[in-house]
Amino acid sequence: MAGATVATNRREARRPRRIPARAPCLAVLLGGCSGMQSMLDPAGIAATRIADLFWVMLIGAAVIWCLVISLAVYASRLKKTPVSERTALRLIIGAGVVFPTVVLTALLVYGLRLMPELRTSDGDLTIAVTGEQFWWRVEYRLPDGRVVPSANELRMPAGATVEVVLGTADVIHSFWIPALAGKTDMIPGRTTRQMLKPERPGIYRGACAEFCGSSHSLMAMTAVVMEPEAFAAWIEREAADAVPSGNARGREVFMASGCSACHTVRGTEAAGRIGPDLTHLGGRESLGAGILPNQPDAIARFVAETDRIKPGARMPAFPMLPEDDLAALAAWLGGLE
Amino acid sequence: MTNPSDMPDDPRDRARMDAEADRLRKAWETPRGWRYWSAVNNTEIGVWYTVTAFVFFLFAGVLALLVRTQLAVPDNDFVSAGLYNQLFTLHGTMMMFLFAVPIFEAVAILILPQMLGARDLPFPRLSAFGYWCFLIGGVFVGGSIFFNAAPDGGWFMYPPLTTDPELSGIGADIWMLGLSFIEVASIAAAVELIVGVLKCRPPGMRINLMPLYCWYMLIVAGMILFAFPPLIAGDILFEMERLLDWPFFDPARGGDPILWQHLFWIFGHPEVYIVFLPAIALLAMIVPTFAQRPIVGYGWIVLAAVGTGFLSFGLWAHHMFTTGLPAISLGFFSAASEAVAIPTGVQIFVFIATLLAGRVIFSVPMLYATGALAIFVFGGLTGVMVAIAPFDWQVHDSHFVVAHLHYTLIGGMFFPLIAGLYYFYPFVRGYMLSARLGKWAFWLMFSGFNIAFLPMHFTGLRGMPRRVFTYPDNLGWDWLNLVSTIGAYIMAAGVLVLCFDIFRPKKAHERAGRNPWNAGTLEWVAGDPEEPGASAPCRRSPAAIRCGTRRTSSGTSTRAATSCPMPRRASARRW
Repeated sequence: MAGATVATNRREARRPRRIPARAPCLAVLLGGCSGMQSMLDPAGIAATRIADLFWVMLIGAAVIWCLVISLAVYASRLKKTPVSERTALRLIIGAGVVFPTVVLTALLVYGLRLMPELRTSDGDLTIAVTGEQFWWRVEYRLPDGRVVPSANELRMPAGATVEVVLGTADVIHSFWIPALAGKTDMIPGRTTRQMLKPERPGIYRGACAEFCGSSHSLMAMTAVVMEPEAFAAWIEREAADAVPSGNARGREVFMASGCSACHTVRGTEAAGRIGPDLTHLGGRESLGAGILPNQPDAIARFVAETDRIKPGARMPAFPMLPEDDLAALAAWLGGLE
Repeated sequence: MTNPSDMPDDPRDRARMDAEADRLRKAWETPRGWRYWSAVNNTEIGVWYTVTAFVFFLFAGVLALLVRTQLAVPDNDFVSAGLYNQLFTLHGTMMMFLFAVPIFEAVAILILPQMLGARDLPFPRLSAFGYWCFLIGGVFVGGSIFFNAAPDGGWFMYPPLTTDPELSGIGADIWMLGLSFIEVASIAAAVELIVGVLKCRPPGMRINLMPLYCWYMLIVAGMILFAFPPLIAGDILFEMERLLDWPFFDPARGGDPILWQHLFWIFGHPEVYIVFLPAIALLAMIVPTFAQRPIVGYGWIVLAAVGTGFLSFGLWAHHMFTTGLPAISLGFFSAASEAVAIPTGVQIFVFIATLLAGRVIFSVPMLYATGALAIFVFGGLTGVMVAIAPFDWQVHDSHFVVAHLHYTLIGGMFFPLIAGLYYFYPFVRGYMLSARLGKWAFWLMFSGFNIAFLPMHFTGLRGMPRRVFTYPDNLGWDWLNLVSTIGAYIMAAGVLVLCFDIFRPKKAHERAGRNPWNAGTLEWVAGDPEEPGASAPCRRSPAAIRCGTRRTSSGTSTRAATSCPMPRRASARRW
C-alpha cells in the first residue's frame, strides 16, 4: 500500500509547532496574522523557521530604526551645543562600521544556518509539479513506482518530508505556499526542487509568484495537509479511475464538445494531455487553479466564460453550449469524486 | 569676465580685448527664436533634462495611481488584466529608466560645472546629444501606452514570456529599442561627468579637496560605464532572439532564460546604487550647509561611496535567490548583500555626525533630508532582511519586496531629490520656493507614502504576490490594500502641491540673493547670472580656498568648498 508506506515513513513524533513568545502581542499589533496564504501563520517547519527569523529581524530593525532616527532628530533639533569633531568621528566608526559589522555577521550566521534544514534532499514522498499558463500539473510519484496524475491541488500527509520537483511547460512560474515554505522558481530547461515539511493539518493556499502572463494573478492552488491515515486513503482513491456518476448526458456533452481532446478523465475514453486532469475534479477544494469555489454553477460559468474568468488561458470558452447541456456537464464533472 | 587689473593700458589692446569678450559672449549666448532648441549650454540642457525627467516622473506616477485604484478593492474590474500589466511594467520602467537615472544626470549637468567653477561641461554637444536621445527614447516608450502597445512583461522583462512571439507583442520591442536610446544617453552623460570632474576643476582644487557631490558623480559615472554595457549586450541578444529567432534564451535550442536574469541584474543591482548615490550626493551638499560646518569624516564618506559602488557589482544574484542556486552561491551573495549595508551605514552616520558637530539651521531642505533618512533607514533595514536567503524565499516577488524597494527608492532617491530641489532651485531660477508650501508638500508626501507602503509589508507577509491585477476578498488583503490606495492618493496630493510651488509665478520678494543658504561651494558665488561661467572666486590660489571662514559680504566668499580642505587637514592631524 503506497499510502501506508508514506504514512509509516513519517517521523514518529511530530515536532510541536514553535510560536515565539513575542509573536502574540505583535500579532495583535498587526491586526492578526490570519489567512490561509499567510507566512505569519506557519503550518510547516520551513515557514515556522522563517517566521521566527522574521520576528527576530523585525524587533532588531525596530530598535535600530528608533535609535538612528532619535539620534538624527536630537542632532538636528534638540542638542544645545555641538559635540567635538573627535566624538563625531567616533560615532561614524562605532555606529557606521563596527556595529553593523557585528550585527550583520551574527544575523548572517543565524540566517544561513537555517538553509541546510530547509533544503534537505531526501523526501518521503515526491510530487512533481509543472507550471503551465495558468495552472499546475501535479503528479504524485509514489514509492512503489505508481504515478498518480492530478492538477491544481497538492495533498500531503502531516509530518512527512515532501520533495516537490518543479518544472515548467512554458514560461517561468514560481511555486509558493507561504504557510508551508518559501518559493522556488520553475524555469524552462531546468528542474528545481522545493522541500515541504507540513506539520499542521489544514487547507492552505498557494500562488504563482513569478509574473507569467495576463492571468498570473489567477494562478493559485490549494494545499491540503491531511492526517497521514486520511492521506493514505485519499491517494488510493485519487489513483483509481473516475467513479462514473449517474449523469450520462453530462458525459455525452463532455465527449461531444471535444473536451476530451485536452482533458483526461481516467476510466473514460477522454485522455487529452493538454489541460488539467479532471478524473477527480469533484473532490477538489477549488476550481480553475484556486480561483473559484468547487460548485456546479461555478463549473458551468468557467466552461462558458473561460476567456473572461481567465484571460489568456489556452482553453476556449464554450458559450455556445445550451444551458441544459452546460448544467449537465457541470453536474457530471462535479460528480467525479 | 575680465579682471580690471589685467587690462592693458594701450587703448588698441583694450579694444581688441573688448572685441574678443564680445565674441566670447556671443559664443555663449543662448540662441533665440526657434534656434533656442539648438542650445548646448549646460544651463539650458540641464533645465530641459530636469523638466523632461520630472514630467516622465509625473506620468509614471499617474500610472501608479491607476494601479493602486485597480487594487483598492478585491475583484475590481477598473482596468483589464492586459492594461494592468502594461501599467505596472511601464510604471517601473519609466521610474527607473526615464526618471531615477536621468534626473541625476540632469541635475549634474545643471550644477556640476558651476560647482567646479567651470563655464560648462567639457563636451556640451554630447550633453545635448544625450538629452535628445533621452527625449526620443522616453517619448517612444512612454507614449506606447496610448496605442495599447506598451511593454507588459514587468520592468525586468524575463524571457521566455517576453521573447515568445505568441505571448508578447510589439511592446517588448518598444522596451528594447526605446531604452537603447536611454542607455546611450546615460553612457554619454557618464563620459561627460567623468571627464568634467577630472579635467574641469579650478586650479588648486585637487581631487581630494573637491566637493563631495563631485566625488559621487565621479563614482556613479564610473558605475554607469560598467553597469550599462551588460544590459546593452543583453538587449542585443534579446532583440536578436525576437527579430532573427536566435535562441539565446531558449533552452530547447541550447539557450538559457537564466542568462538574461544574470545580464539584467548585473546591470540592475548597480543601477539601484546609481540611483541612490547621487541622491546621497545632494544630501552631502545640503547637510554641511545647514549644519554650518564642513562635513565630518570626508575621507570616510568618500571611501564608503567608493565601497558601495564597488560592492554593488557583487550582489546581483540576490534578485535570483529563488531560482535554485546552489547553497554556496546563496551564502556568498547573502553575505555580499549584507556587506553593502556597512558603507551605506557609514554614509548615514557621516551626516548624523556632521549634524551633531554643527549648529543646525532647520530648513525645508533639512526637513526633506530628515524624512529621507527616516524612510531610507527603514528600507535599508528591510533590505538587510531580504538579503538573508531563507527570508527572501518567502518574501521574494511578494508585496513585501514592493514595499521594501519603494522605501529604499523614495527614501534614498526621491526625498533627497526634493531636498535638492528646494536647495538648488534658487541657484537655477533665482527665486526661493515657498517654505510653507514645501512643508505642506512634505507632510502630504511623507504621510501619504507611509500610509501607502507600510501596510504593504503586511500585505506581502500575508502572501500577496506582486504584479497581480486582482485578488480574492477572503485572504485578509482587502483593507490593507484599500489603505495603501488612500495613501497613494495623499502622496499624489503632496506631489501636486510641489508642482504648484515649482511652476507658480514667483513674486518679487521671493527673489533669492546670491548664496541664499550661505553655502560654501563655488556654484553659489559663480559670476553674474547673465554671464554663465567662471567667476573670480574660482580662480583663486589653493591657499585662498580655506574653509571655516564665514562669508563677509556678497560675492567675496572666502570659504570656498564646504567639504574640502578643513576636514582633511583636521583628520590628518588626528590620525
